[in-house]
Amino acid sequence: MRWIAVWRRNFLVWRKLVIASVLSNLADPLILLFGLGYGLGALLPSVEGMSYIAFFAAGTLCSATMFTASFESMFSGFSRMHGQKTWDAILYAPLTIDDIVAGEIVWAASKAWLSGATILAVAAVFGLAASPLVVLTLPVAFLVGLAFAACGLIMTVLAKNWDFFSFYMTLIMTPMTMISGVFFPAEQLPRPVLGVAQALPLYHGVALVRPLVAGHWPSQVAVHVAVLLAYAAAGYAIAIMYARRRFTA
Amino acid sequence: MSVLRAHGLRKRYEKLDVVNDVDLDIAPGECFGLLGPNGAGKTTTLRLCLGLTYPDAGQIELLGEPVPARAREARQRVGVVPQFDNLDPDFTVAENLLVFGRYFGIARDAVAGRLAGLLEFAGLTGREDARLNTLSGGMKRRLTLARALINDPQLLFMDEPTTGLDPQARHLIWERLRRLTQEGKTLILTTHFMEEAERLCHRLAIMDRGRLIAVGSPRALIAEHIEPHVIEVHGNGFEQWLERARRLAARLERAGDTVFVYAADPAPVLADLSARPQLSYVHRPASLEDVFLKLTGRDLRD
Repeated sequence: MRWIAVWRRNFLVWRKLVIASVLSNLADPLILLFGLGYGLGALLPSVEGMSYIAFFAAGTLCSATMFTASFESMFSGFSRMHGQKTWDAILYAPLTIDDIVAGEIVWAASKAWLSGATILAVAAVFGLAASPLVVLTLPVAFLVGLAFAACGLIMTVLAKNWDFFSFYMTLIMTPMTMISGVFFPAEQLPRPVLGVAQALPLYHGVALVRPLVAGHWPSQVAVHVAVLLAYAAAGYAIAIMYARRRFTA
Repeated sequence: MSVLRAHGLRKRYEKLDVVNDVDLDIAPGECFGLLGPNGAGKTTTLRLCLGLTYPDAGQIELLGEPVPARAREARQRVGVVPQFDNLDPDFTVAENLLVFGRYFGIARDAVAGRLAGLLEFAGLTGREDARLNTLSGGMKRRLTLARALINDPQLLFMDEPTTGLDPQARHLIWERLRRLTQEGKTLILTTHFMEEAERLCHRLAIMDRGRLIAVGSPRALIAEHIEPHVIEVHGNGFEQWLERARRLAARLERAGDTVFVYAADPAPVLADLSARPQLSYVHRPASLEDVFLKLTGRDLRD
């Protein structure tokens, strides 16, 4: 459990910069949620039996969680690893690179969870998430955070410079957000595109969160949870492999 | 009982042997210096001994633990001062120490109890709430040293502890390091300042191109490798004088427009020079730097 010290180090920095940090993580998704939700929503009849803004709030919860986890594990993680050499300093202590990878992933997932939880709170205040079932979106948000933090950290330990992350952002994350049911139901996509979405983690986060926000139990819970867990576990293992290579070779 | 023992240590990067067949045996309470030009393999040797980098061959035992297999357990009782500052820029002085203590599993109260002593040692008393960007280079170095002492280590590894510091800051670090040796801690440091090595180290190893090429006390190394007197000569006509000097002294070395004359008996050289006012000279006892330059050459390394 040595990795907790790494988590606590990041938490202490976050606590010092909490206002700027929370604002920067929430401003974008909330502007998008209310802008598109009310603007576009006014033109649309209900989607899957929900108002468009409630439908979109569920998607935003997942995409904001994904973006926070990814930004924290990639940009902030790279700054700690490469810029500030914080990881080097931690390795002088009786911690290993495995502890650091675990601490960073759980930290990024925690920060992502907070983004998701705050979106949920805002949605609840606006009456968009009234069912008691919405509480269950909280563990889902943490799981989504773990999956994307682990994948992001693979990029971090492979990165030579900051530009490396723009490939992942532009070529993977942005298209994934489009096809995973955040803005519109993924089921209306052509069959092969839906297949791609179903192989990626965000789709499964949305598939769990949206029914819960609407107030009913999601279908195929085990499948969705299993895919998210698999991404988290595989991402963790691969990140550790490349981190060891980078640090002990 | 050795504090650190390494045998046949080897590390290869691409086609270059960065560390090549290095043996080390360091006794408790010793201050041991690893000297070498840039790129000699000093930092890699330290990283291997700490278990941060894995060797291609060789055995390491650090505080009785095999490394890298049980490097984590060994590092529990070791402190490290790196070559480049990696303090946490988001934290205050005290927070840097508290957070680092947590990595060793030291409770907040225990660190808080040690805080005043560590700050005094680092000459940072009253600065506990200072932000990192308000500290000078010397203060950061001292804070890094205090951070390395947070777990009260038996052994300290220091990679160029005074590089980039002004003379005042350097002397303060030297004084503190001597205090640590007096307390019985073992120190292993790398440096390319001969003065630092001569003042602090009981024993030194000179490293070049991955190999240890000489090991011994500063005095023994000077006695073994170099004539006791050095006369540095320059000025108009030194080239013609060079031919005469060859007959007067054991060994000559030319670097640019200066001749280094090495002699067991300086009298004939000095007598000859006194008749040549156009040549200026400095007569001094041989130093570690002469040994270093003799063994590693005068070519630039970068």
